[in-house]
Amino acid sequence: MSYFSDIYNGIKTLLTGMSVTGKYFLHSQKGAITQQYPDNRETLKMFDRFRGEVVMPHDENNEHRCTGCQKCELACPNGTIEIIWDRQVDPETGKKKKMIEKHIYHLGMCTMCGLCIEACPTDAIKWAQNFENSVYDRTTLTRVLNKPGSKLMPGVED
Amino acid sequence: MNLSLSITKNIHDWLFNMMPETAASLVEMTIIALVYLAVFAVTGLFLVLLERKVAAWFQLRLGPNRVGYHGIFQTIADALKLVSKELTGTVNADKFLYNLAPYFVIITALMALAVLPFSAEFQAFDINIGIFFLIAISSIGVIGILLAGWSSNNKYALIGAMRSGVQTISYELSVGLSLLTVIMITGTLQLSEIVEVQRNGWLIVQGHIPAIFAFMIYMIAGTAETNRAPFDLVEAESELGAGFHTEYSGMKFAYFFLAEFINMFLIASIATTIFFGAWLSPFGITESLPWLGVFWFLGKTLVLVFLMMWFRWTFPRLRIDQLLTLEWKYLLPLNLMNIVLMAIIVWLNLTIQF
Repeated sequence: MSYFSDIYNGIKTLLTGMSVTGKYFLHSQKGAITQQYPDNRETLKMFDRFRGEVVMPHDENNEHRCTGCQKCELACPNGTIEIIWDRQVDPETGKKKKMIEKHIYHLGMCTMCGLCIEACPTDAIKWAQNFENSVYDRTTLTRVLNKPGSKLMPGVED
Repeated sequence: MNLSLSITKNIHDWLFNMMPETAASLVEMTIIALVYLAVFAVTGLFLVLLERKVAAWFQLRLGPNRVGYHGIFQTIADALKLVSKELTGTVNADKFLYNLAPYFVIITALMALAVLPFSAEFQAFDINIGIFFLIAISSIGVIGILLAGWSSNNKYALIGAMRSGVQTISYELSVGLSLLTVIMITGTLQLSEIVEVQRNGWLIVQGHIPAIFAFMIYMIAGTAETNRAPFDLVEAESELGAGFHTEYSGMKFAYFFLAEFINMFLIASIATTIFFGAWLSPFGITESLPWLGVFWFLGKTLVLVFLMMWFRWTFPRLRIDQLLTLEWKYLLPLNLMNIVLMAIIVWLNLTIQF
């Protein structure tokens, strides 16, 4: 008599499915996941895992955490990062030390693989959540990540 | 000719006073046809919008919300776009049949609407074989689909049309038998009399267990007859392009699209008429206001339309052999058993009467 039990099970599973979608239907007014993008440009917050572009955070004293070790440059599979560095005299200790002059990032070549951020030993660079990256001139895609006049945050190398 | 539209009684009398009887009947029929055409074209557009909104809510989206307030003019904009589009066709199509097919589908869908009792007096054509007429007319629509698939000269269209033939022929049987089950209680095919019988309780209550089974079978078979998901093998976007209407564009495509939604409305309103007492209010609460019957009818119909949309956005599609297995191995034998059960119940007078 599996015929009737098949019918019973069939109807039961169909009703289970309908109850699931019915719950979604009832909660749809509150839980709609659609972002009405151009309208909510001010309030739209991208999620943490989103990879917009690579940025170098600076603190209020215009200090960053990049030591110029070039590990990100080596890690990058397609040469997106170029670091121009120089040996300069550290004013505190008076010794010669490797310091970055420009941390150049070509957004146009970046595939957002994230290997540079994984490679960075001092967490100097991280992902930004902005996504409106289109520009009219591709030269503006080449960005210098360290701000002019910035210097290394003390204590990062220790 | 029983054109019992007491809402338009004045127009009726005026027409018959003004011209000879034959001419007046013809004019009256034309007016009613135009009113039905206009009303149900708008209904079709509304149902398309409802479908998209309901689909969006089932999938936690927002749905169309750009054209007009919360997108209420979206489907009207779509229809205007389709009207303005070029009617393309295939070079080797059978031109006559190719052009004829959409009208077959839309005209049969609209013809069936004529017999529906929207209210006590609001029924265009109260024929004494109402349900028979409905079943007969609704199965003519498949000829239009077969013609469309055949004359397009496109293999996908042909496969879609053949599937449609198989599907409709199979499921017609279940629709007819499940309606037959409840007609055993009423003993008449005339829709207005079926409604009168339901003054003692809707037929789904009167016929209790077998009527509920019949209703379930009817809804499954009805969904299959309108070629909607989960039985949308006829269109089968993932396999056949768009099935039988692959080669149609512009307004001809819109006819097929509109016919699908009018058919859905039709299936739901037949279920309303047969199982849920048409325009009768529950427990007769608005007995004193007969014009509210239209709202009860449309309300019940929309609930059933929503049920069909719920099916569509919940269940996965069937394969063609599963489709036929469902009909011939499950629905049909159950339906026959159900008829016997209903016969016993009617014979022993076990129906629930209020």
